[in-house]
Amino acid sequence: MDLLTATDITKNYANHTALDNLSIAVPEQSIFGLLGPNGAGKTTLIRIINQIIAPDKGQLFFYKEKMTSLFTKDIGYLPEERGLYKKMKVGEQALYLAQLKGLSRYDALQKLKFWFEKFEIIGWWNKKVEELSKGMQQKIQFIVTIIHNPKLLIFDEPFSGFDPINVNILKEEILKLRENGATIIFSTHNMASVEELCDDIVLIDNAKIILEGNVREIKNTYKSNTFEVEYEGIIGEAETILPKEIKILSTTQDHNITKVKIQATSSGHPNNILSAIIPHAKIISFNEILPTMNEIFISKVNENFNIGNN
Amino acid sequence: MRYLSQRLMRTLILVIINVRTKHLPMNKISLIIKREFLTRVKKKSFIVMTILGPLLMAGLFIVPIYITQLSDEEKIIEVLDETGMFYNKFENSENLKFEHIYTDINTARENFSETKYYALLYIPKTELKVPSDAFLYSDKNPNIHLKSYIKDVIIKEVESLKLAASGIDKDVLKSIKSTVNLKTFKITEEGELKKSSAEINMALGLFSGILIYFFIFLFGAQVMRGVIEEKTSRIVEVIISSVRPFQLMMGKIVGVALVGLTQLLLWIILTFAIITLVKTAFPETFKSSTTEQSIIHANIPGQEIQNKQAPTDEVAKITSTDEVNQVLDAINSINFGVMIFSFIFFFLGGYLLYAALFAAIGSAVDNETDTQQFMLPITIPLIFSIIMAQFVTSNPDGPVAFWLSIIPLTSPIIMMIRIPFGVPYFDLTLSIVLLILGFLGATWFAAKIYRTGILMYGKKISYKELWKWLKYRN
Repeated sequence: MDLLTATDITKNYANHTALDNLSIAVPEQSIFGLLGPNGAGKTTLIRIINQIIAPDKGQLFFYKEKMTSLFTKDIGYLPEERGLYKKMKVGEQALYLAQLKGLSRYDALQKLKFWFEKFEIIGWWNKKVEELSKGMQQKIQFIVTIIHNPKLLIFDEPFSGFDPINVNILKEEILKLRENGATIIFSTHNMASVEELCDDIVLIDNAKIILEGNVREIKNTYKSNTFEVEYEGIIGEAETILPKEIKILSTTQDHNITKVKIQATSSGHPNNILSAIIPHAKIISFNEILPTMNEIFISKVNENFNIGNN
Repeated sequence: MRYLSQRLMRTLILVIINVRTKHLPMNKISLIIKREFLTRVKKKSFIVMTILGPLLMAGLFIVPIYITQLSDEEKIIEVLDETGMFYNKFENSENLKFEHIYTDINTARENFSETKYYALLYIPKTELKVPSDAFLYSDKNPNIHLKSYIKDVIIKEVESLKLAASGIDKDVLKSIKSTVNLKTFKITEEGELKKSSAEINMALGLFSGILIYFFIFLFGAQVMRGVIEEKTSRIVEVIISSVRPFQLMMGKIVGVALVGLTQLLLWIILTFAIITLVKTAFPETFKSSTTEQSIIHANIPGQEIQNKQAPTDEVAKITSTDEVNQVLDAINSINFGVMIFSFIFFFLGGYLLYAALFAAIGSAVDNETDTQQFMLPITIPLIFSIIMAQFVTSNPDGPVAFWLSIIPLTSPIIMMIRIPFGVPYFDLTLSIVLLILGFLGATWFAAKIYRTGILMYGKKISYKELWKWLKYRN
């Protein structure tokens, strides 16, 4: 079941269209990647989902219900442009933000204590925000985003400002949130984390969706039947032993280990390649090379740019 | 027993309500108001201002009295009167003593520095029957009161000598000398006569007008700074994902208004507290100084102390009570019900109108230095009101006063200045209605600018851009 459905969302500004008849469906309990180059309209879409701005046209549904500002308590939003009151104390501020999301003071206090202890930052409670490093502030921001157990979480570049160790902690937390039933919209330019975390994605460019679907399926769709074989020993000219329809893209040799990149036709089974090599050398590895999301992103956006220009 | 059980019940209910509210989410706008209020009230600058304000105000009352007290140490003045006409004419008061010496001026001047005398008054003998010059030597700068007192005594004496020479009796002259006291009355709508005083009306009007002016500027700017702070610290998007921008804006405006009212209230209470405290701690200082003043006041007209002491004192008493009565009458002539209601209304109404505009400016810029271009249209009507204040007091029912007290941007200050002089109910009602409309309009306008502005970063905003924001649908 889809937790969030947006249909035909259009938003115009004075001299440009931010979103043009855009529809998305975010499946329940999934991590949904919202991708696109700068200025594509992602932030506008996120703001519309958060009821910060209203679309000119189109509708939003939370499960089957029409979205209103009443649903803001079911959403946790970590904006890309984020910050805290610098002069306010950490605990006081977290309490305030949690209460703004509709928690009672008592509940907010209990939950904040739990999370502060979990992240081992209970000692910061009475510090002013300006005394903390940027990474520390991000942690607090993350906690206040999820404190009210929202059904829908929207993270816009959640990892910026974190060191690799904290990025891992955060990733684990995000996966745990999904396990516990939350649905997550995840917007980022970091394609590696998209591959790692996302179940589905949409790629928006120039106010329109140019690619959408399950990450694994997309990668399969855009694969080019490229394989990499690594073997020990020298078998001379690889072409001589491989079936005709297979093209060798590159060969690299390091001592007596050879790496060959091969492109097969879509009809050819990868096992044919293996069986051709097996008699001649000791195989170390055999991989299919799938395109990275990064490559897909770049090629799709460029393609869209060229279409737009022609 | 029944009483006790009732009380018990009430306490129990209160406890239950308390526990329940602790577990229930608070209304969002009250949460915002609470935060805006508490963070400001807890600031050092607020506490410092709250303490310094009354000290300054109380100082304005106390210090002048205290200072006159301080300088009133006993001063002895030697009088070298070669004419012999002024023996005993200079009367001694508590702080001022005159001692006649009989030597020549050169010795007196030579000896002066070794004596403890404050000054040396030398009235030389002249060829004429009456002296025309007198000299006052001192190692300090004799104050103006002393100089005018000495001059007065000499002139009076010389005058009476001259009068006597021309055959007019002193008492006849005294009966001719007269003062006229112009008393002004106000005819109220009920046909009642009320004594009024333009001076007191003016003082009251200007004081409340200026108070409103400062309040608007001080706390309006605080609203603006608060909005800019939220924008530059980038917390605003987090907050408006929980509350509507309008709630955030109004919460801030109301929160800051409460800060202002708290400060005002504390100032009034503390000022009175300090004054009463000082008065009870040093009762003599204040009592003696006031009686002293009346004595000095009484002594200037009549200088024949020996036989006329009693009547002059009486006259003094009469005039002073008459003055007090006049002030009281004038104050009574002011309709304080209207005055207090208007003050609270225009104080809050003016603030709310301007605070909304200040919030809009704050939302349109990225930092305080960029506010200049948008501040101008807001500050001009305010400063204009203050410039026109004096003029309005001189003609509180003229067309300028009327129009300025009707237009919402100037009415909070100008109407307040007009109120003590008495304003027709039609004018007042019109002004109130227009200010409410003005406030609603300003809030509508500000809300439109605000909700777009707070999400705009790193863009220099022009008036043209603001105009576009007004037309955005949401």
